[in-house]
Amino acid sequence: MMKHIMRSGIYLLPIALMTSFLVFSMLLLLPGDPTIALLGERATLEEREALRIKMGFDDPIPLQYARWMEKTVTGDFGRSLRTQEPVADMLATRIPVTLELTLLAVLLSVVIGVPGGILAALKRNTWTDFIISFLSMGGMALPYFWAGILLIRLFSLQLGWLPPSGYVPFFQDPVQNVKLMIMPSLTVGVSLIALVMRQTRTSMLEVMSQDYIRTARAKGVSHTRVVFRHALHNAMIPIVTVIGLQMGALVSGAVVTETIFSLPGLGRMIVEGIFERDLAPVQAGILVIVIGVILVNMLTDLTYAVLDRRIKL
Amino acid sequence: MLAGEQNVLVRAQSLRKSFGGVKAVEDVNFSLRRGEIVGLVGESGSGKTTVGRMALRLLDPTSGGVVFDGTDLTTLSGGQMRCMRQRMQLIFQDPFASLNPHMRIGEAIEEPLIVHGLNGGRSGRRERVFELMSVVGLRPSYAERYPHEFSGGQRQRIGIARALASNPEFIVADEAVSALDVSIQAQIINLLRELQRNLHLTMLFISHDLGVVRYIADRIMVMYLGRIVELGPADELFSNPRHPYTKALISAIPETNPSLRRDRIILKGDVPSPINPPSGCVFRERCPVALPACAAEVPTLRPAGSDRMKACIRDDVD
Repeated sequence: MMKHIMRSGIYLLPIALMTSFLVFSMLLLLPGDPTIALLGERATLEEREALRIKMGFDDPIPLQYARWMEKTVTGDFGRSLRTQEPVADMLATRIPVTLELTLLAVLLSVVIGVPGGILAALKRNTWTDFIISFLSMGGMALPYFWAGILLIRLFSLQLGWLPPSGYVPFFQDPVQNVKLMIMPSLTVGVSLIALVMRQTRTSMLEVMSQDYIRTARAKGVSHTRVVFRHALHNAMIPIVTVIGLQMGALVSGAVVTETIFSLPGLGRMIVEGIFERDLAPVQAGILVIVIGVILVNMLTDLTYAVLDRRIKL
Repeated sequence: MLAGEQNVLVRAQSLRKSFGGVKAVEDVNFSLRRGEIVGLVGESGSGKTTVGRMALRLLDPTSGGVVFDGTDLTTLSGGQMRCMRQRMQLIFQDPFASLNPHMRIGEAIEEPLIVHGLNGGRSGRRERVFELMSVVGLRPSYAERYPHEFSGGQRQRIGIARALASNPEFIVADEAVSALDVSIQAQIINLLRELQRNLHLTMLFISHDLGVVRYIADRIMVMYLGRIVELGPADELFSNPRHPYTKALISAIPETNPSLRRDRIILKGDVPSPINPPSGCVFRERCPVALPACAAEVPTLRPAGSDRMKACIRDDVD
């Protein structure tokens, strides 16, 4: 087990390095001049030239990359060009927001998706199944921004139950934090909930038709025990796979959702950075997300080992 | 036979099962006496597996019933039926698919004890699991292993240990050896035979392999297209088959001694579709001795000699 974790850790390194280079060079290739963003449209050519030299924008790209890397590995992600705030500080306040958002979305997908899928599978070809299948189909087709707007309309404007936007750290005011996070995490989670529901239904149906389920029934095992002890256990692995694979998509959903609900998360930091040609936060943000997704994949592998006791890592 | 009335453990009464328009089983009646092995033979699609499932009420018959030790199983509630399962078990055809891949085999064998609350606590159950494993010829130290670590023959032994765990009186073995190599088949058959004698089990042994059935069964039932066409003691049925279908089947068994080669009866055509079976006797279209009268009505299974029954109107060609 320990060996497996170490090995995954070693894989993590080259992937992170490669991504960092790709991210770094892609942003340099983007059209637009960061000095315009910094100095405004009316700055003279000389002023902009001076700033370019000062910031090192004219140096060869490998040199710029090496300089950036050198700082990055020591935890210095540079400063935001716009606010002059150290990027490391920005990350420290923004990572928890996005983390909470995605974790809540995963939690919702498990809490809603798995029981929904089981119910659909057990009530196969009945109205319950049709309704659940219809909802999950709809959920997958629903774009994030549209889901978010619908939720705000319903819960904030019509029912007035939840505040439409804003953020309070959890440790400052847990109740208000959860109230503010319900709609965003539903928005991010809606497609994952739908997907998990479908996957659960499919793998439950597949497992339930297996011979060993019949064996269990022949033993005299009760229906509940058949479903949870025998069937769900075997059906969980594809479900975990789906959740793990969707983590990347979840983060992209977080970018949109944080903008809709004005959450100060990583996604919004990246979007704002791109609009402002403020590269440092964008690079750092993307790097953090990539590493996060790789870590989740490692975690998924470890979950297999817990679920499938035959796998010995 | 009449004296054996209270000797009957399982009685199937006019069992019928249709899946959609397909009549899988039509009007099947039989009794299994305590402590005997009855072979149920027939080709694929003849309904023998369906009969086995219904005998254990793993499948509800469309009509008819199964009486087990005086209780009509079809009248039992789900909970009552689950309790009853302690007394009847099934050995499956496919030893690979019929074991939960995520359960250690010790747990799989132990589970019937847990659900039926047998053998007291944990240590009592473990002891019983080890005992069962050695009864079927597995090393008790294998209990912690998973099914994929075993060969087909070993898995079938696990399946048998699992079936025996709750101390059942009645066992349905559904093609229990068909998935195994011939050399392993013999081992498993001998094991089943031995267990049946020692534990006084009643067994319905379903197979398409006449050689296997002849070896293990006391009595044999022959099914064709959802109906029992002949029933009788194994030796007599083989030496003197009465129904034209049984005759054809037995003549098709390969003979090891070439000088003893019999005249084979080659049946015409294929098994008709169970969706639209022929009128009257379902076998008549392929029967070498069919008469026009065979199309008139379905022949009933009636006595033909001592302890023998057949469903054919041609008594003259026996």
